[in-house]
Amino acid sequence: MSNKSLHSDLDIDALIDDRATRIIVCCGSGGVGKTTTSAAIALRAAERGRKVVVLTIDPARRLAQSMGIEQLDNTPRPVPGVGSDGAERGSLDAMMLDMKRTFDEVVLSQASPEKAQQILANPFYIALSSSFAGTQEYMAMEKLGQLHRDAQASGQYDLIVVDTPPSRSALDFLDAPERLSSFLDGRFIRTMLLPARGPARLMSAGIGMVTGALSKVLGGQFLKDLQTFVTALDTVFGGFRQRAQQTYALLQASGTAFLVVAAPEDDALREAAYFVERLQGDRMPLAGLVVNRAVVSDHAELSVAAAVAAAERLETAPSDGAGVTAGLLRIHADRERLVARQQALRERFAAAHPQVATIVVPALAGDVHDLDGLRTVGRLLAGPAAEA
Amino acid sequence: MSSDWPRVRLHVVTGKGGTGKSTVAAALALALASEGRNVLLCEVEGRQGVARMFDVDPLPYAETRIATGLRAGDREPGSVYALHIDAESALLEYLKMYYKLGPAGRALDRFGVIEFATTVAPGVRDVLLTGKVFEAVERNSRNKGARQYDAVVLDAPPTGRITQFLNVSESVAGLAKVGPIKNQADTMMTLFRSPRTAVHLVTLLEEMPVQETADGIEDLRRNRLPVGGVVVDQIRPRDLPDEALAAARAASLDRSEIETDLKSAGIDTTDPLLDGLLAEAAEHAERRALEDAQHAVVAGLGVPVYELERVAGGIDLGGLYDLAAELKRQGMA
Repeated sequence: MSNKSLHSDLDIDALIDDRATRIIVCCGSGGVGKTTTSAAIALRAAERGRKVVVLTIDPARRLAQSMGIEQLDNTPRPVPGVGSDGAERGSLDAMMLDMKRTFDEVVLSQASPEKAQQILANPFYIALSSSFAGTQEYMAMEKLGQLHRDAQASGQYDLIVVDTPPSRSALDFLDAPERLSSFLDGRFIRTMLLPARGPARLMSAGIGMVTGALSKVLGGQFLKDLQTFVTALDTVFGGFRQRAQQTYALLQASGTAFLVVAAPEDDALREAAYFVERLQGDRMPLAGLVVNRAVVSDHAELSVAAAVAAAERLETAPSDGAGVTAGLLRIHADRERLVARQQALRERFAAAHPQVATIVVPALAGDVHDLDGLRTVGRLLAGPAAEA
Repeated sequence: MSSDWPRVRLHVVTGKGGTGKSTVAAALALALASEGRNVLLCEVEGRQGVARMFDVDPLPYAETRIATGLRAGDREPGSVYALHIDAESALLEYLKMYYKLGPAGRALDRFGVIEFATTVAPGVRDVLLTGKVFEAVERNSRNKGARQYDAVVLDAPPTGRITQFLNVSESVAGLAKVGPIKNQADTMMTLFRSPRTAVHLVTLLEEMPVQETADGIEDLRRNRLPVGGVVVDQIRPRDLPDEALAAARAASLDRSEIETDLKSAGIDTTDPLLDGLLAEAAEHAERRALEDAQHAVVAGLGVPVYELERVAGGIDLGGLYDLAAELKRQGMA
């Protein structure tokens, strides 16, 4: 592969072989193969002797089946068929995040049983804990924190690989401590708490106007439910905030490595740039960029123009079978165009982020749905050095 | 050229990440804006992708003319307008419009209610975004000064979230059992479930996106939301006839014949070049076979299918018009 790239190569094997690496977080936009990348890295690490648990968010059905985690039960399960070629015996457990159950568990652990039941039954809580936007990101990080605490206590795992939800808000967890604080200390919450706590005469005209407006827009029951919800949650929020801060610190620590996953497409690389800048802004340890689904040119040396011209000549001079050769030339030209565009996009990214180590993973023909497929991806992730 | 969707006023375009749903939404808006029709293209995910595709400044929360529609037929094309909807602006506008909440609206903002409603309160965000789209579709001559559109195209959230996004009644049901919000959500649902709405799904001919499309269609149907067409995006060029594809897969293409052809076309053939071309052909054939298998799945979904070829060099504004013409030719607009 002709690669006059500006960046250094990302060495996945060095990353997973380094015992100091305790957490790997894969982030990136949707459709770039993030879940497959997470699973492949986890499997490769396990087969190189690490004791790994991989936390996936929403794996494709057949990938989940191959890892034995089609059941959403929020508990890590051993993945059958994991081999080991290292001196030490590694292991791989996998789990799929159950967002609502994770949230419920936090509430149950933070509040008295009575209070917890009150929260769990509140319509606001039910909607919040099962709606996708935002909650999934918080809960993925909550689960990561739990796994890490358990791993430290029991020594069952020495590496946690985390897949993140497929959206820009995947980095919302970085804001979690701050958002929880501003939410808790916000005037709105204080307002909602007031009637429950003090005599009504303390309410200022402004607050009266606000609650009046809310009742008008939303109906009285809405306001009552919201008040119950906020009052109940107020008691457990302190715990939430503390945990969010702990997870944030854990992510910043040197044992963590973030991998930004992208595809060689305009949008995906733009999102990758956003992730890289965001992580650097929060001083999160960025290990590098994985560019999946790349078309690589390692075959025929023939320019697009020459291939197209030759194809046209063959098509205008009819002879038996020349159509096939013309087709071959057109396939080659199309491929070279793709290679050129992808290369240009990658170089643009590298020029803007020269410090980001990168590995380019060639596109596979089919989807991955067994451990052998994941092993292949793992080898490709490890790069040319591992092939030797 | 007649459209498959003559009654549809609201075209919702969804798709798995990376399938090109925003590109398809933009091309569909151009295609619909032919023959004097005006179209509004709405974006709700805060990425400003529309501005990038049409090479204009980032869009404000105001309907902005961004392009002339596709030229087709005898009549002059209409215009494509774009609107970048964010939940905060939508909520403030909503409060002003329906409740005349001047000072109280500002008080809500000061107390952090707007932030609460749009970031923390579940489902509310989606209701606000869809609410604005609803308003654009349903506005009529009583609403003075507001532009009326012949069609609205929504570049919607991905397939995995689309049913939840449109199912606004359900989102607010647990929260507001009575009251104006509940009534408005129900009115919105009436439009979304009517034949005036169509939810189109964009996919690639790969296993995961096709599976997600099938799941998405099932989900939409279960929730009585009207499924539109499936747009198969980025189809590989069909440069080899079927027999040659089979031969390429079996590595039984006639090497010497190809060598002769290449020479006759003036190319210096070397062994590495021939090996390379044959290897590329084999890989192409393998992928084509996988595409064909997925194509059969898509054809079995029981909805109209539209096909767009992959553009190897990337899609610029001119390319968008090409895609629009293709969608129009195939009857999507």
